[in-house]
Amino acid sequence: MKIESGLLYSQNDEWVRIEGDTATIGITDYAQSQLSDIVFAEVSIEEGDSVEAGDCIGTVESVKAASDIYTPVSGTVAAVNEAVADEPEIINKEAFGAAWFIKVTLDGAVDESELMDAAAYEKYCAEREH
Amino acid sequence: MFIPHTESERKEMLKAIGVEKIEDLFTAIPEQHRFPKLGMLHGMTEMEVSAQLKEMAEANLSLSNAVSFLGAGAYYHYIPAAIDMLISRGEFYTAYTPYQPEISQGTLQGIFEYQSLIARLTGMDAANASHYDGATACAEAGILAYHQFRGKRKEILVSPGLHPHYQSVMRTYLSDFDGMYMISPTFNSLEDINPQKLIDAVDENTAMVMVQYPDFFGQVFDFTELAEACHAKGALLCVCVNPIALGLLKTPGEMGADVVVGEGQPLGIPLNYGGPYLGIFAVKKELIRKVSGRIVGQTVDNRGQKSYVLTLTAREQHIRREKATSNICSNQGLNALTAAIYLSLLGKEGLKEVASLCYNKAHYAAKKISELKGFEILNKDPFFHEFVVKCPKPVEELQEHLLEHGILGGYDLSGSYPVFENCLLIAVTEMNSKQDIDDLCLVLKGGHHHHEH
Amino acid sequence: MSTKPTTGNEQKTIFELSSTGRRGMRYPKCDVPETELPAGLVRDELPLPELSEADVVRHFTNLSELNYSLDNGFYPLGSCTMKYNPKIDEKLSRLDGFVNVHPLQPIETVQGSLLLMYELQGMLQRISGMDACTLTPAAGAHGEFSGVKTIVAWHQAQGHDKRKIMLIPDSAHGTNPATSAMSGLTVKPVPTDERGNIDLEKLSALCNDELAGIMITNPNTLGLFDEHIVEVNEMVHKAGGLVYGDGANMNALLGIAHPGDLGFDVMHFNLHKTFATPHGGGGPGSGPICAKAFLAEYIPGPVACVLEEETEELPPLYGLKMPEESMGQVRSFWGHFGVMIKAYVYILMLGEEGLRRVSEYATLNANYMMESLKKVYPLPFDRPCMHEFVLEGKLPNAPEVRALDIAKRLMDYKFHPPTNYFPLIVHEALMIEPTESESKQVLDEFVAAMLAIAKEAEETPQLLHDAPLTTPFGRMDEVKAAKDLILTA
Repeated sequence: MKIESGLLYSQNDEWVRIEGDTATIGITDYAQSQLSDIVFAEVSIEEGDSVEAGDCIGTVESVKAASDIYTPVSGTVAAVNEAVADEPEIINKEAFGAAWFIKVTLDGAVDESELMDAAAYEKYCAEREH
Repeated sequence: MFIPHTESERKEMLKAIGVEKIEDLFTAIPEQHRFPKLGMLHGMTEMEVSAQLKEMAEANLSLSNAVSFLGAGAYYHYIPAAIDMLISRGEFYTAYTPYQPEISQGTLQGIFEYQSLIARLTGMDAANASHYDGATACAEAGILAYHQFRGKRKEILVSPGLHPHYQSVMRTYLSDFDGMYMISPTFNSLEDINPQKLIDAVDENTAMVMVQYPDFFGQVFDFTELAEACHAKGALLCVCVNPIALGLLKTPGEMGADVVVGEGQPLGIPLNYGGPYLGIFAVKKELIRKVSGRIVGQTVDNRGQKSYVLTLTAREQHIRREKATSNICSNQGLNALTAAIYLSLLGKEGLKEVASLCYNKAHYAAKKISELKGFEILNKDPFFHEFVVKCPKPVEELQEHLLEHGILGGYDLSGSYPVFENCLLIAVTEMNSKQDIDDLCLVLKGGHHHHEH
Repeated sequence: MSTKPTTGNEQKTIFELSSTGRRGMRYPKCDVPETELPAGLVRDELPLPELSEADVVRHFTNLSELNYSLDNGFYPLGSCTMKYNPKIDEKLSRLDGFVNVHPLQPIETVQGSLLLMYELQGMLQRISGMDACTLTPAAGAHGEFSGVKTIVAWHQAQGHDKRKIMLIPDSAHGTNPATSAMSGLTVKPVPTDERGNIDLEKLSALCNDELAGIMITNPNTLGLFDEHIVEVNEMVHKAGGLVYGDGANMNALLGIAHPGDLGFDVMHFNLHKTFATPHGGGGPGSGPICAKAFLAEYIPGPVACVLEEETEELPPLYGLKMPEESMGQVRSFWGHFGVMIKAYVYILMLGEEGLRRVSEYATLNANYMMESLKKVYPLPFDRPCMHEFVLEGKLPNAPEVRALDIAKRLMDYKFHPPTNYFPLIVHEALMIEPTESESKQVLDEFVAAMLAIAKEAEETPQLLHDAPLTTPFGRMDEVKAAKDLILTA
């Protein structure tokens, strides 16, 4: 399982990469491996929508499971990655790369109290393994 | 009865478990509540129960011993003999939902063919494995509309021509459903029930417009303009169909419908005093993930054989739980299979024939009744095999008189529709002969028909 | 056992079998003058297949042979109660006087059907220890919906506007939370304790004045009777909530305990589980609900009733009525009457003693199998079970073998696999429900197969990953099915 340092992680297994006032959001490698083969992904918001941390922004489905995706940060949606809906299998292959879901222009400082760094997230994943 | 254990087997099994008697297995149940008396009779043998049930069945008036013009959502059609022989195969009717596709290809391919037949019949891209009946299919369409707009549009605009029971069931489902509500244009006559009224009423709050085809009063309209009006406002159009009528009539798909639902009972399923029936549900492909219920898809097995599985299951309750598209987890499997067999047997020409027989006989009946003094046919627009007759006296009186002659005269509209006082809804199918229709007219006229039933 | 799987078992579809101009059914010539069709409303083409009757019969007969069914053999699908479906039920449900009856006929002409419905309502009330019954719901999930909406309607009538929380144990079927959500309620899960009971302490913390009720399956999906069920129900009642009983597991309780006595307020039955009506490859089922007297006017209708009492000369007149404060109508007509006949016949044939024997032997069979299998397969909750039990499909000496592999391998031994991966609270669950209709001989054969598979799992695990090998079809590519959606021919 891959975990990338320098990112922030949510309890719901989303990652956030912050560069200036832009945050990129995706789901983690752990999340994709738990879902197994992803057959469907959908972003349910559009460019220009404003989002609050905790809002549902989309869904991913495998044949055995389904999971909603929530934005861990607030702001305005700057870009939506069409590729995840067109080729959902890229989420299995490049969870931290090409398979980002949305970019958000932040409307202020990110509330990091609910988020984890890479080390904390690694521990969090390990705890959930049986 | 139906328990194979011998005395010695029971003892051996108890010994293996390590208890003395069966009662010892129930100690988790509070003692004061254990083994209550049920107050039932002693068990009966097959011979005894057969005699009793035969007597009960004979206490009913079977339509095979009567002449019936009753429709109103359930229709008496001829059921080809092969159907019951096939669905009586234990391999079909004693199987469960096809969770293990390796040993359920019979059920799965049967459903796949049913889905394909329904899609072709309705002119839609895909169908699900069925809902409980026409009414619940309508309600599920309303829920689909809710999900399609993520709860942002809450209005379902319903034609007053939709079956009153379907409206009632939709109301049950949609009350307490995050603010969803239904509205209908008002009407003072049958002529008021038409698509133009809906075109005028659809707006940006409308999630879905729901019409019936033919409607409850038998009327058929082209909904193409309605579909355009819906789409111009971003709303969905759902058409509730009688599948037999589609043997002749233009498909809702061609008119631009987004969802097609309907009662599949006319497709080879007996009347059975109201159930089990079959809820048809078909959609344009953009909506397939919003559909509730089972869906079968084609795939291959690990030996390279074309085969079928339940698919898109991530929509369903066993995975999504409270976020599922619906709580439904069964379909009307055996009835869907019945419909598939019926449509296969009748085929292209057979279905057209049945539909034509219904249409022609109904129009003959309407013409004959309209010639009777005091009777008026209210349908001015085209109708399929059902129509409204305004009678010169209360329907109840007429019904009694007809029943004395072995005729079930149709459905009394005055009970549910004040504007249709003294109105009778008459359905005619291939089961009604010219003689039956002439007899009906004779008795309505006040005479007595010449042969006994 | 052959290890070379067969191929070539595909069946052509009815569309591939079609031949232009072939007919399977003809109708009499029209005996009335024809009427012109409405202009612009006629369809151009009707793309249905063209087949002979023999084509159709052979096709569907061949398809049927690809199914495993109860009539073929043991079907221990946990939570589904796959008991033998008596043939007399089929015969009697096809009597002309039942089949060819229209739901809107005048009640004087349907007294036989109404009597049957009225009596079946009474039987289900006696079996559940409840006061009212409606037969309209179409299936178990539909019964749940009817029952939960009954609870909602009752709260609304009492002015309990705040009561919007439905508690659901974490072992519950997915239909329970889905039903609650459809009924406008918010779902809160309740954990299961280490004995497989509802965790009383956690439950207590969730009981407050926002509580609408709780949905309980008892025995639960682990096959265990909740040892504190009376306390649980009292706790919920005390907080002002009502208790819904999911009757999926009623095959354990016939004549063993009345849900009504245990504190349940409203519940559904699955006639297709408990009362031996066939599952039909996924339906039609039937999901009547029973309720306590205070809810009788809130249940869906119509219900069968006596309109005019019996007199010296005349039998009673039966009819249909809508309960006064009913949560509404839930389907087109009155219920799956064709299914009701079968359940009615089954109950009549069993009678007082037979019904109790059903649950006794269902429980005997389950405990007998559990005892034999727990020596090899891990049993997460080790106490006497009711009509079913849950094992872990994970063997200590075969770490890479999963419950799915065991399930698939069972097909090679000519058995239908148990339910797997449910309930969710057991890892790699295998849920086994033998039912009372299986003999010791059948159970022993199944146990032997399970033990042989456990051995194979250690020695030749690949065999399990590749299974099934002797069935006409092998494992399906479900990912492909979901990705390259092909939903029609």
